[in-house]
Amino acid sequence: MSIKPKLVQWEPTDLKEELLKKYPPKVARKRAKQIMINEATECEAPPEIVANVRTIPGIITMRGCTYAGCKGVIMGPTRDIVNITHGPIGCGFYSWLTRRNQTDPGADGDNYIPYCFSTDMQDQDIIFGGEKKLEAAIQEAYDLFHPKAICIFSTCPVGLIGDDVHAVSRKMKEKFGDCNVFGFSCEGYKGVSQSAGHHIANNQVFTHLVGENKKPKEGKYKINLLGEYNIGGDGFEIDRLLKKCSITNIATFSGNSTYDQFASAQHADLSCVMCHRSINYVADMLETKYGIPWIKVNFIGAKSTADSLRNIAKYFGDPKLVTKVNDVIAEELPEVEAVINDVKERTKGKTAMLFVGGSRAHHYNDLFAELGMKTISAGYEFGHRDDYEGRQVIPGIKIDADSRNIEELEIKPSADEYKARKTPEQFKALEDAGFKFRHYDGLNPDLDKGSIIIDDLNQYEAEKLVELLKPDLFCAGIKEKFSIQKLGIPMKQLHSYDSGGPYAGFKGAVNFYEEIDRLVNSKVWSYMKAPWQENPELTATFVWE
Amino acid sequence: MLLRHTPTEVAERKSLTINPAKTCQPIGAMYAALGIKGCLPHSHGSQGCCSYHRSTLTRHYKEPISAATSSFTEGASVFGGQANLIQAINNIFTVYDPEVIAVHTTCLSETIGDDLKQIAAKAISEGKVPEGKTIIGAPTPSYVGSHVTGFSNMVKAMAQLAEETDKKNGKVNIIPGWVEPSDMEEIKRLATLIGVEITLFPDTSGVLNAPLTGEYHMFPNGGVTVEELKEAGQATGTLALGEWCSADAARWLDAKRKVPCTVLDMPFGLAATDRFIDTLRTIAGASIPESITTERGQLVDLISDMHQYFYGKRVAIFGDPDQVISMCEFLRSIDMYPAYVVTGTPGKKFEKRIKAITADMPFEVKVKAKGDMFLMHQWMKNEPVDLIIGNTYGKYMARDEDTPFLRWGFPILDRQGHQYFPTVGYKGGLRLLEKVLDLLLARKDRDAPQETFELVL
Repeated sequence: MSIKPKLVQWEPTDLKEELLKKYPPKVARKRAKQIMINEATECEAPPEIVANVRTIPGIITMRGCTYAGCKGVIMGPTRDIVNITHGPIGCGFYSWLTRRNQTDPGADGDNYIPYCFSTDMQDQDIIFGGEKKLEAAIQEAYDLFHPKAICIFSTCPVGLIGDDVHAVSRKMKEKFGDCNVFGFSCEGYKGVSQSAGHHIANNQVFTHLVGENKKPKEGKYKINLLGEYNIGGDGFEIDRLLKKCSITNIATFSGNSTYDQFASAQHADLSCVMCHRSINYVADMLETKYGIPWIKVNFIGAKSTADSLRNIAKYFGDPKLVTKVNDVIAEELPEVEAVINDVKERTKGKTAMLFVGGSRAHHYNDLFAELGMKTISAGYEFGHRDDYEGRQVIPGIKIDADSRNIEELEIKPSADEYKARKTPEQFKALEDAGFKFRHYDGLNPDLDKGSIIIDDLNQYEAEKLVELLKPDLFCAGIKEKFSIQKLGIPMKQLHSYDSGGPYAGFKGAVNFYEEIDRLVNSKVWSYMKAPWQENPELTATFVWE
Repeated sequence: MLLRHTPTEVAERKSLTINPAKTCQPIGAMYAALGIKGCLPHSHGSQGCCSYHRSTLTRHYKEPISAATSSFTEGASVFGGQANLIQAINNIFTVYDPEVIAVHTTCLSETIGDDLKQIAAKAISEGKVPEGKTIIGAPTPSYVGSHVTGFSNMVKAMAQLAEETDKKNGKVNIIPGWVEPSDMEEIKRLATLIGVEITLFPDTSGVLNAPLTGEYHMFPNGGVTVEELKEAGQATGTLALGEWCSADAARWLDAKRKVPCTVLDMPFGLAATDRFIDTLRTIAGASIPESITTERGQLVDLISDMHQYFYGKRVAIFGDPDQVISMCEFLRSIDMYPAYVVTGTPGKKFEKRIKAITADMPFEVKVKAKGDMFLMHQWMKNEPVDLIIGNTYGKYMARDEDTPFLRWGFPILDRQGHQYFPTVGYKGGLRLLEKVLDLLLARKDRDAPQETFELVL
């Protein structure tokens, strides 16, 4: 008893017009540039999309703020650092355990993730300044826990009243001697989205933490995993696979990470970038300063996972590793294939819309492809043009006032620690064989011609898109979940995964197949109307007559 | 051990809050505003606040929470947020067409000194507010009070819609405070049974427990109407439930619109419900129907039947002052001991009330306003309790201390039901006790050695 009306075939251009119709003219003009019909083909240059620009006041956005990107996304999943939010209580409270970053502290390991630390600023602190309180709070945290590091996060009012969190941090670091203290100017009003916060966090981690541990790390094939946050245990599954392949993960930035991981990152020989958006510049900085090359990987989807593992092996070039990786893939794949063969019967031909943070909308496209599902519309919540169009557009991206406020680090090769990982000949041989360093094509080429790509989607457009295109599944975050479901369309969270996960790696792919099968084939979506609503005419007879 | 770093030894902390038992004002204002029919809450500040509040409310209510933001960037933070808010008002009325926009400030817009009244007036004079539409505003800086204060401030802004009048319409205003949509529904049911016409504000029933029908309505069919709020000045009286959540609005109506008010505790548990029903009856000059007396008797019956399991049990409870006060009274009435009581919301009166309620205990309650869960956990480590009552964040302490845990309060992110089943009134009391009993008896069964594991309890 499905109530889904028949699909109306919309021309993409008409659809765009329909989405923009209700807006005031100025808003429509701006949004028009952020809504793109994907026309990428082999001979055409894809059109430009406007991204990483301000949200329009009053238009209900999916976005969060710079603080959320800095404290919530990047530093949140580090387990042995005491993260103190300097500000009124709300920001600390909302970023407390809400991203589902799983943690394994080991038997005796440090784990501050279940804690929320805040200076809980009061009006007196806003009037007279909060530096004294911050200093005392850092001292109290130190006395209570003696952690390896304490990080300070600035909230909106801190920036306004001019508290110098960096000066306070320096002072306390010096005072303690055995505890690294540093701060982030990640006030919520900076930048245009949480993306600015990622940048601020990564820069400070690079400045204050990376390279601190000079002691070499054991391992034959040493990598860093950048842009993996261990949501729902993704990082655990990736680590399981890497370990099985005898690849050593020196540092994950930053799922289930530790102080020492960051501090030792310079010992890796390859950086593997998962979420291009949140962290690509760290990969660049690691390469510039220490000579660690980087590649884009994707562990979302079985095929992507296998490809990524093979690429890592290819980079190290050791036939033993290549064999090992192939063996592991061969061992893992049968279970994956068994499930996909079962599930695909029920998922193929169905359509999905993906509107998630940075890179996720792209990564999950691979998983849906494995299910025989088609992404008909997608976009990023806080992506930049390069996340859509590929890294080749980076030099041409205009720097506006909002981006200019975010610090860019100038990195030079380290005099004593820079080490080229390969000879120029080795690099060339790899590249000639089709290996791609510092390369990312972006989302657009992977989407079909005619699919609708939308940057910074808002609630009104989401609702319209669903009404017009009737997808079988919508993927976004918690704020979008229930308005989409009220429309009778299942909605999967791909920020915090609802209660699911892991979805990375082979076991994750299996979890995901089963979850999507459940969602798109659930009976619940057929219960929207009561029998008397389906057939409301009253007849004058009793049924038992 | 999840909270492995929490030491048993309690050291005084003056500057560092750890594991807060409160959050900030705007989320309360946003929740309250959703209880007005056709209202879009608007957060005047940078967009992260709005995003966080929507996420938390969504996770708690499992319902769409629509709210807009002024999306401040650095420019607005320096030059003021007027341009952003006026642009937002224009966009909101054009795209979403609400009846009301309820604007609340954030720590950012408060610190730069944006004046909501002046900006709203400018929007009106510029023709950005369509005829018949309303804008209300509440100051909710996050560095004052807590989410409870924010709720109270927005409720006061609603009360301020009441027009001056000499007319009386015989209705009673009830301000329910920050309770669940199901609780608001229950209060309305009780009033209907007594035969009293009421104006309940805010009223999130029907808004935040809306049915799944395949249709999405940004403004579901629920909430108090602006018209009703305008007529709140014609009421016989106002019953404010909860000093922290509701009293300000009621007192404003009393002082400025001459509607006499009575401030009561929130009707959780036997005694507080008794007082609520009795006061409502008196104000309205109605008599109580037999059915309500029967409901009361059923609650008393359950208490007497199960008293042996409640008696002498030690409880740690954290949450919002109005809820916690009534709950502590309820616990005492069934001979349980609220041993540790914490709220993050400031207010000296809280500690006094709890001390008074628990004065007949054989030991002194440890109570703290402006406290945090870290402190409460330390107390528990020193002397354990039999039950923890509080919001979802208590689950870490509960697991570490292997203590039964009743989720009650805000936010509850990992369990369902609060939006559908009330805990106010006698029926709500029954549900609360059922939940407490389930926890205590499940524990008894779990811990019993084979020879004392029994069928009949």
